Amino acid sequence: MAFAIQFVIDVLSLGGAYALMALGLVIIYGILRLVNFAYGELIMVAGYTMFLTSGSGLPWLLMAVLAVVMAIVFGILTDYVAFRPVRAKSVTAVLITSFAFSNLLQNAALLFISPRPRNVPLPDIFSQTVSIGGAITPVRNLITIAASIVLLAAVAFLMRKTTLGIAMRAAATNFTMARMLGVPANLIISSAFALSGFLAGVVGLLWIGRIGTVVPGVGLEPLLVAFIATVIGGMRSLPGAVVGGFLLALIDTTLNYTLSQDLLKFRDAFTFSLVILILLWRPEGLIKGPASGQRT
Amino acid sequence: MLDVRDLSVSYGTIRAVRGITFTVGKGELVSLLGANGAGKSSTIKAIAGALKTSGGAVTLEGRDITSANPEQVIRAGLATVPETRDVFPDLTVAENLMLGAYIHRRDHAGNRENLDRLHTLFPRLAERAAQAAGTLSGGEQQMLVIARALMARPSVLLLDEPSLGLAPAIVERIFEMIETLKKSGLTILLVEQNVNQALAVADRAYVMRLGAIVASGTADEIRSTSDLSAHYLGG
Repeated sequence: MAFAIQFVIDVLSLGGAYALMALGLVIIYGILRLVNFAYGELIMVAGYTMFLTSGSGLPWLLMAVLAVVMAIVFGILTDYVAFRPVRAKSVTAVLITSFAFSNLLQNAALLFISPRPRNVPLPDIFSQTVSIGGAITPVRNLITIAASIVLLAAVAFLMRKTTLGIAMRAAATNFTMARMLGVPANLIISSAFALSGFLAGVVGLLWIGRIGTVVPGVGLEPLLVAFIATVIGGMRSLPGAVVGGFLLALIDTTLNYTLSQDLLKFRDAFTFSLVILILLWRPEGLIKGPASGQRT
Repeated sequence: MLDVRDLSVSYGTIRAVRGITFTVGKGELVSLLGANGAGKSSTIKAIAGALKTSGGAVTLEGRDITSANPEQVIRAGLATVPETRDVFPDLTVAENLMLGAYIHRRDHAGNRENLDRLHTLFPRLAERAAQAAGTLSGGEQQMLVIARALMARPSVLLLDEPSLGLAPAIVERIFEMIETLKKSGLTILLVEQNVNQALAVADRAYVMRLGAIVASGTADEIRSTSDLSAHYLGG
C-alpha cells in the first residue's frame, strides 16, 4: 500500500511538472506552428531571479512572485526579439532566432553570473518530508501536485471561458480568419508568450526546488521534456500536452522503480524507445489537434 | 460606400488582378462574376486585408483601407465571409458567434440582441449552439460563417462563393437568406460562379476574366449580354 501511494505521488508530481512545461511550449506552437527553443531559458531566468534577490531580505513568496514575473517579461521579450521581426517572413529564420536568443540568455548568465551552480533560496517546507499511509514523501512533491492542479484548472478556465482564451484557440486553428473577425494578431501572440512565460516561471520554481541550485543550462532538460511530451501528446492539442506530460512521467517513474541499478543509467534510452513505439503507433501524437491550420 | 480603384494583386510575378475598378453603393447588392481563376477571390482577400495589394486603392465610406490589416478592415465596418467557409471547428457554434462579435465584446446587451435576431434568421444555429462547429453540415457551416460575420454588425458584407459545394436545395436557402439581408438594408458584394442565381438577387454585376473586368451593368443588362457564357467557357 505504502509503495503504491509512493508511486502515485511520484507520477503525479513529476507528471504535473512535465504537463505544465509541455503546456507552455504547445500554447505557442498551437498558434504560430513554431517551437520556441528559448523556452528553457525562461526557467533559467526564474531561477536566477531567485538567486539574485536572495540577499534582499524579501519574503520568499515575494521573491517567487518576482521570479514568475521575470519569466513572463522574458517570455514577451522572446516574442519581440526573436519572433515578431521575422515570423511572417521565414520559418527557418525563427528557428535560428529563437536558438540565438536562447544562446544569448545562457551566455549572459555564464558571463555575468557564473558557470557554477548558484544556490536558490527555498523555504524549509521544500526540504521537509511527510508520511502518508506509510509512504514517506517530500512535501515539495505535494506542492507540485497542488500547483499543477490549480494551474491546469486555471489554464482550462482561461482557454474555455474567457474571450481571450477562446480567441487564442480560434487563432490556433485559423489565424487569418480570427484576424478577419477583429482579433488582433499581436495581442494574441503576446498573450501566448506571456502565458508560456508564466507557466515556465512556476515550473522553474518547482523544478529548481528539486535541485536547489541554478546553472545556465538548467532549462535544457525541461525544454527537452516539454518537447517530447508535446510530441507524444500531439503537437497542437493543449489536452494532448497534458496527457503527454503525465504519460512521460509514468514511463520515467516506472523505469525508475523497476530498472536495476546497472540499467538505471540507461533510463533515457528506455524512455525514448517507448516514445518511438508510441509514435510508430500514433504518428500524430495521442490527441489530434484542430483539423485545419495555417501559419501567419 | 465601397470604392475599388485600379486594384492590382500579384503573386510573385503573376498578376492575378490587373487594375480593376468597381463600386458598391449603399444598400446595393453587387455581384462579381467570373470563372475559376478570374481573380475574384484575390480581389476579396485584398479588400479584406488578408492579401497585399500591389497597386490601386480601396475606400470604405471615404476612408482609405487599402493597406489596412484584417483587424482594421473589420473595425472599419467591412466583414468578409471567405470561400473556404472557415468555421473554427473545435469551438462550439456559440463560441464561433461570440468571436464574431469580438470588436463589440464589451457591448453585451447589443450582442445579445443581435444574436437573438440572427437566431430567428438561422434557427438551426440556435438549436446547435453547444455543438462543435466542425460537426455541422456544409450548409449549416455556411450559415454559421455568415451569421458570425453579421455579429460584427458590418455596414458592408463580402460573400465569397457562398454556394460552393452545397446541394441545390441548400443553395436555394442561402440565396433566400441573402435576399433577406439585402432587404434589411445591408450592402453586399457577392462573388459567385453560380451566375443565374447571383443575377437573380443582384442589382448590378461585374464580370471578371483573367484578372480584369470585362463587362458591367445591371443584372438585366448582364443577363442579356450574349457572350456571358463565353467568359465562363474561356471562349
